[in-house]
Amino acid sequence: MSNLKITDLHVSVNTETGLKPILNGINLEINSNETHAIMGPNGSGKSTLAYSLAGHPKYKVTSGSVTLDGVDVLAMSVDERAKAGLFLAMQYPVEVPGVTVTNFLRSAKTAIDGEAPKLRHWTKDLKSAMENLRVDPEFASRNVNEGFSGGEKKRHEILQMEMLKPKFAVLDETDSGLDVDALRIVSEGVNRVKESTDVGVLLITHYTRILSYIKPDHVHVIIKGKVAEEGGPELAERLENEGYDRFLQASA
Amino acid sequence: MTDTTNPLGLDEHSHGAGVHVPDSKRDARTRSFDIADFSVPNGREEEWRFSPVRKLSDFFTDAASAAKLTTSGDLPEGISVEEITLEAAQELGILEPEDRAAVVAANRAPTVTHYSVPANTEVDGAAIIHADGTGNDLTHGHVVVSVGANAKATIVVEHEGMARYSELVSLVVGDGADVTFVSLQLWDDEAQHLGQHDAIVGKDAKFKHIVISLGGDIVRLNTNVRYSAAGGEAELLGLYFADAGQHFEHRTYIDHNTPKATSNVHYKGALQGKDARSVWIGDVLIRPEALGIDTYELNRNLILSDGARADSVPNLEIETGDIAGAGHASSTGRFDEEHLFYLMSRGIPEDVARQLVVRGFFNEVIQKIQVPEIEEVLNERIEDELSRSVL
Repeated sequence: MSNLKITDLHVSVNTETGLKPILNGINLEINSNETHAIMGPNGSGKSTLAYSLAGHPKYKVTSGSVTLDGVDVLAMSVDERAKAGLFLAMQYPVEVPGVTVTNFLRSAKTAIDGEAPKLRHWTKDLKSAMENLRVDPEFASRNVNEGFSGGEKKRHEILQMEMLKPKFAVLDETDSGLDVDALRIVSEGVNRVKESTDVGVLLITHYTRILSYIKPDHVHVIIKGKVAEEGGPELAERLENEGYDRFLQASA
Repeated sequence: MTDTTNPLGLDEHSHGAGVHVPDSKRDARTRSFDIADFSVPNGREEEWRFSPVRKLSDFFTDAASAAKLTTSGDLPEGISVEEITLEAAQELGILEPEDRAAVVAANRAPTVTHYSVPANTEVDGAAIIHADGTGNDLTHGHVVVSVGANAKATIVVEHEGMARYSELVSLVVGDGADVTFVSLQLWDDEAQHLGQHDAIVGKDAKFKHIVISLGGDIVRLNTNVRYSAAGGEAELLGLYFADAGQHFEHRTYIDHNTPKATSNVHYKGALQGKDARSVWIGDVLIRPEALGIDTYELNRNLILSDGARADSVPNLEIETGDIAGAGHASSTGRFDEEHLFYLMSRGIPEDVARQLVVRGFFNEVIQKIQVPEIEEVLNERIEDELSRSVL
């Protein structure tokens, strides 16, 4: 069993006018097999949390700690974090011209496992993961995210999660821009990984819609860079009915 | 009038130095077989202003040299080779030299090497000609390729070794012919190579010209296309990787002098190391008679380290608005950190991620080459460049 622990995390973002504080002391702990929803209004710092965990150079941790099974994550480079078992499904996946999906996935799998995957198993696993996510087989020979629709980009993120089998996956607004069918397919993909591995999921979302497909064990509400309230799945239902107004009024 | 600035809707449209407006029309430049018609360049001329002319003075000197490149390679059936005179070459309808180095090369080349393919002949596989340098002596060369009507051929010239080589390459593409010409610059580090490659493209013919410059101290190639009748297609591809101290300069000139022709110029280069230098000048002239033509030119440069410099200058002269399309794109940029972050966030180490991105950058050109015979050597050499990289 693994444990990801975020303690009093303060993060600023690099802007043209200097460092701007976004996260003001986040505390959060998640174990294997758990699913935590991280909710909050736009601009509350949800994506900053996601990118900080992955180590994006634009975000600077000013204080606090993040540990994975007791090991300091913040001291790791971006690739080391992935090798340690962290995965970030991005809200805006990047196009990488000239690099095919197949080549990209194999390079990533090789890096994470420390050895090239056995070709026969790899091809079979990839094929079935792609079928499950209803992606065209031709997808594999296309360049990473190049010319992908919004839905294809998100499915490609979940495909990577299936193939790389992380200990903890942060899904940053994976539901944004998806229609009902695509949302269901993507959610099923996440649930398959949950069933077949011990992955812990940090599900970042603005809306409660995805939570009817992927059931959270815990819900954390982030307001202005701090956890404002925590609870079980019932908290999400309450947000569905009431919105974030009461938090915003309280903090105003 | 057709939208001539950006018909493909590319939103990326940046120029390092802005669109340069030449002093005079592109076709006003001298073309002649007479050395006396060209003065020795001093580096301030439009066509030489980016070039290290001081290191090239003997390329401009009208003096004979006995040096030759050593050539080898079996020609596939259908292609024959013979040595001819400059007069005989001119009778084939080749274009005139356009600068001092090319006119000296044409006049001082000990012989003209003429590769020919008769009409209606489809040559199987590519002719791979190994041209090896033999030392420091200035070498003049003149190569003529003539391909008859409705014939098909691919010719690859692979330059290796140490040479100081000045050449004129003249291609005559017959009506309905399909010709691919590849010039690989895999020279030793100290080699210098100036060349003018001219093609005259026949009615409804297809011409593909590919330049790959990876080795040498100075490589400066001018590739010019003119059409002998309507309906010709020209595709000019270029790929270069300049390391510290290397000067790779590629100039293309498409002279749209007939109706209904097309041209597509696509050059991509990476630069790394102190004083790595690349120059791309892409001239397109659309003459009043060039009705219904379609042209596009693109140059992208990827700067991998400090101290490198890429110049990229597209020039488009349009003398008729009645065309199908004309556009260009030029960009020079540094490594995209977002690409790097995305790959690294999947566990890929930084050096591997950088290599993937650079290889991906070149892939777009490599995929268009479609000459299987050179794929292996090309991949090998690019891997070699990447492995020696300071990334």
